[in-house]
Amino acid sequence: MNYEAVIGLEVHVQIRTNSKVFSRVAAGYGQPENTLTDPVVLALPGALPVMNKAALDAIIKAGLLLGCDIAPVCKWDRKNYFYPDSPKNYQISQYDQPMCLGGAVEIELPGAARNVMGEHKQIPLTRIHLEEDVGKLNHFTADSLVDYNRAGTPLMEIVSEPAMHTADEAFAYLTSLRATMIYGGISDCDMEKGQLRCDANISIRPVGQKELGVKVELKNLNSISFVRDGIAHEIKRQTAVLEAGGTLVQETRDYDGQTGLSQSLRSKEMAHDYRYFPDPDLMPVKVDEAWKARLRGECPELPFDKQRRFLEKYAIPYTITSVLVWDHALADFFETAAKLSGKAQAVGNWIVNDLLRELGAAKLTLPASKVTPAHIAGLVALIDAGTLLPNAAKEVFVEMFATGDQPAAVMERKGLKAVPVDTGELEQWCRDAIAANPKSLADFKAGKESALNGFKGSVMKAAKGKADPKRVDETLRKLLAGM
Amino acid sequence: MAADLFFKSIAELAALLEAKTLSSTELTSALIARKTAVEGRVKAFNSSDDADALAQAAASDARRAAGQARGPLDGIPVGLKDVISVTGQPLTASSKMLANFVSPYDATVTANLKRAGAVVWGRLNCDEFAMGSSTENSAFGPTANPWDLTRVPGGSSGGSAAALAAGEVIAALGSDTGGSIRQPAALCGVVGLKPTYGLVSRYGLVAFASSLDQIGPFARTVEDAALMLGAIAGHDPLDSTSFKAEIPDYRAGLKQRRPWRLGIPKEYFGAGLDPAVGAAVEKAIAFYKSQGCEIKEVSLPHTQYCLDTYYIIATAEASSNLARFDGIRYGHRAKGAKDVVDLYAQSRAEGFGAEVKRRIILGTYVLSSGYYDAYYLRAQKVRTLIRQDFLNAYREVDALLTPTSPMPAFKLGEKSDPLALYLCDIYTIGVNLAGLPALSVPCGFTPGGLPIGLQLIGQPFREADLLAMAHTYEQAHDWHTRHPQL
Repeated sequence: MNYEAVIGLEVHVQIRTNSKVFSRVAAGYGQPENTLTDPVVLALPGALPVMNKAALDAIIKAGLLLGCDIAPVCKWDRKNYFYPDSPKNYQISQYDQPMCLGGAVEIELPGAARNVMGEHKQIPLTRIHLEEDVGKLNHFTADSLVDYNRAGTPLMEIVSEPAMHTADEAFAYLTSLRATMIYGGISDCDMEKGQLRCDANISIRPVGQKELGVKVELKNLNSISFVRDGIAHEIKRQTAVLEAGGTLVQETRDYDGQTGLSQSLRSKEMAHDYRYFPDPDLMPVKVDEAWKARLRGECPELPFDKQRRFLEKYAIPYTITSVLVWDHALADFFETAAKLSGKAQAVGNWIVNDLLRELGAAKLTLPASKVTPAHIAGLVALIDAGTLLPNAAKEVFVEMFATGDQPAAVMERKGLKAVPVDTGELEQWCRDAIAANPKSLADFKAGKESALNGFKGSVMKAAKGKADPKRVDETLRKLLAGM
Repeated sequence: MAADLFFKSIAELAALLEAKTLSSTELTSALIARKTAVEGRVKAFNSSDDADALAQAAASDARRAAGQARGPLDGIPVGLKDVISVTGQPLTASSKMLANFVSPYDATVTANLKRAGAVVWGRLNCDEFAMGSSTENSAFGPTANPWDLTRVPGGSSGGSAAALAAGEVIAALGSDTGGSIRQPAALCGVVGLKPTYGLVSRYGLVAFASSLDQIGPFARTVEDAALMLGAIAGHDPLDSTSFKAEIPDYRAGLKQRRPWRLGIPKEYFGAGLDPAVGAAVEKAIAFYKSQGCEIKEVSLPHTQYCLDTYYIIATAEASSNLARFDGIRYGHRAKGAKDVVDLYAQSRAEGFGAEVKRRIILGTYVLSSGYYDAYYLRAQKVRTLIRQDFLNAYREVDALLTPTSPMPAFKLGEKSDPLALYLCDIYTIGVNLAGLPALSVPCGFTPGGLPIGLQLIGQPFREADLLAMAHTYEQAHDWHTRHPQL
């Protein structure tokens, strides 16, 4: 029998704010244990929460970016459960009135080839709500210790509809969602720092069946690749169980990305009663149209929209756009350079090939680059005018990356300016080269195309590198044809 | 001189301090001496840091000597119910759970009192986590009523009321969730004011029921209550439920004399009302009538549902608020627990008293899946109706006049049935459910010499009116000048 998988993702995204969601203490990562705490975070007797408006702004912005309906009122509920990482033993969250309802994440599936755009889909969202993060337990042989630095960090829970069917779709969903959050300035989404965390609900059913199969929740998927691998593994595992005539149980499983295996954590019987009720310490907050309009004004163009626009407006190849648009700063860099230069494709090539290569080699990020859009535009203009030949341009780029000097200045300093060579002189160099290499001539006549390179090397040597390779090629072929 | 210092009002003492015929150090020392003399019988204090009080008094005296006195509260010793945090002082909530807890921060009201120059002194006994009406639920033992040491002072803020009545403090703060300021004030013969919900910050108040709790003053006179309220009221950015209200000069407002229209809710004079209490309140009604006030019978038809509504909402919130006491970060931790669940269970079993456990269990039940709609949600709807009853009444009257407590102080140990104790609050809990201000002012004594309290219930944020009404009554009577013989 053929089975179809049904996948829904629950993604937690930490919102990047200066202070925590209900207190004035700083939010942060990598600080000494229990230093980012105060009476509110530690739930000391008498402490009260006060909402951080920046966190509310961020979730509204996330909702607007993803096309959600924004609730007219931000209402808070208490989710009651005992666990040592939760200082109050209840989590302030949103239960029946999430801040965002509906919306969708646009994804792109892998194309037929690397340079072919894949299929696009909209994965519908159920809801996004705001809550507070919990602390972190550290287990030792005899003891467990709690670090409450993370407790109270604003956290969004983004719940998709069970609308994905493959591990690739889930991978594409997370990639797109992550880019959207980074684009919106909502989160840095560093999974290693726990700023983006994902749980997957997976079931399988015979193809054509409407009812959903037994749902398994997969936890601890702590990288986007692990999400893909974990889901693929879980679909295989469930299929194998059913094909062997077994039955699946509703459970939560822990996926180990290192071993590629999963094991059961708990079954459904241990489900909690969270005793949700409205938090009496926090007043509901009205979100009016003006508030939403202000945030809408801060929303950037999303990567896929940008890609469509780049393809149409600049007529650059898909492969170039798919490198540029996922990095907001890089895309902006490209657009500035393209506007300065007017030669979008050349500019795109220099950025995607040379700039990214040099940045990678120097372990730098774009903001640290000494090369600006103006440098790229200047370089392209020199090449276009024939003043700078391609090989020399590569050399100029490396130097300009290192020093930040303008391309023309680098070219002059290094003596790389192309010298216009007259046709007679070029022909003489070519004749000399052919005469000096009788073996290559014989080879070429025997149909060995590569023999041409031997002549070219001699010509370039004579021209001290300043001959246009294209013209050298043409001249050699013309002369050889007559021999 | 010291003999009657401790029964003086803030206003009287402020004048002596101002005239420099008295120093805060002398006053504070007199109170420490008084406490030493009577505390063995009254047992109003959970703890007190006398050295710290004297240091604050010396600082006050130094300010005054430098011409920088901060107003009428500067140098006045004020006691705090042991549910209000003070930096570096114990905060026990009269519970074994917090027996060794020291708060690292000031409640907003504490900071406000310190700013006004008050000597913040003494951690006053109460029912555990403010749950009770007699102060018998304290893990550290009951407080006695200074008027009759075999009787309760009321509760939950019994220590605050008793310490004041016994002359151990000049004024005090309590908290009122269902009557916990007004009822002990009535039973101990002092003034107690529960402000409008949101007027006084709850930041630093150990939460019992967040939507009902309010901090308020105990004082010897209405004027003192006005001074205390003025010092602690006002918007606090650390409390989201704090209201951005203009704080009037409550003392100046005492002078207003108007032909108030006073409503007498008929539901508050039914069965269970002690005849002596009823008679005293009738006399107070007659007094207001004699002052040209219009007296009108009104109805609050949902009064019969107040107790049920209260015990659903208050316990639901408490069950969640008290979840933080788990033995992990602070507070009582059981020894020998075998895992974390066992640690919770044992620590809480050992740390909480019977009444607190009863309310946590009740609150957990009413919030449980499948019961939420029938209990909590319904109670919230009834709460709206109860508030509407009051607001409807205020279309015809300026304030309501009722007994504070259906009975005077009862014997220690007399009410062992929890339900009998819950009934002590039938005239006070509606006010909390409706979020209204109300005060209790002494209005007489029983033939046996026990104080009786008159309750005035006002309109939201109209404390100034309430205080003026009570002041009118107090000025024409001498109940507040009587003191227990200890």
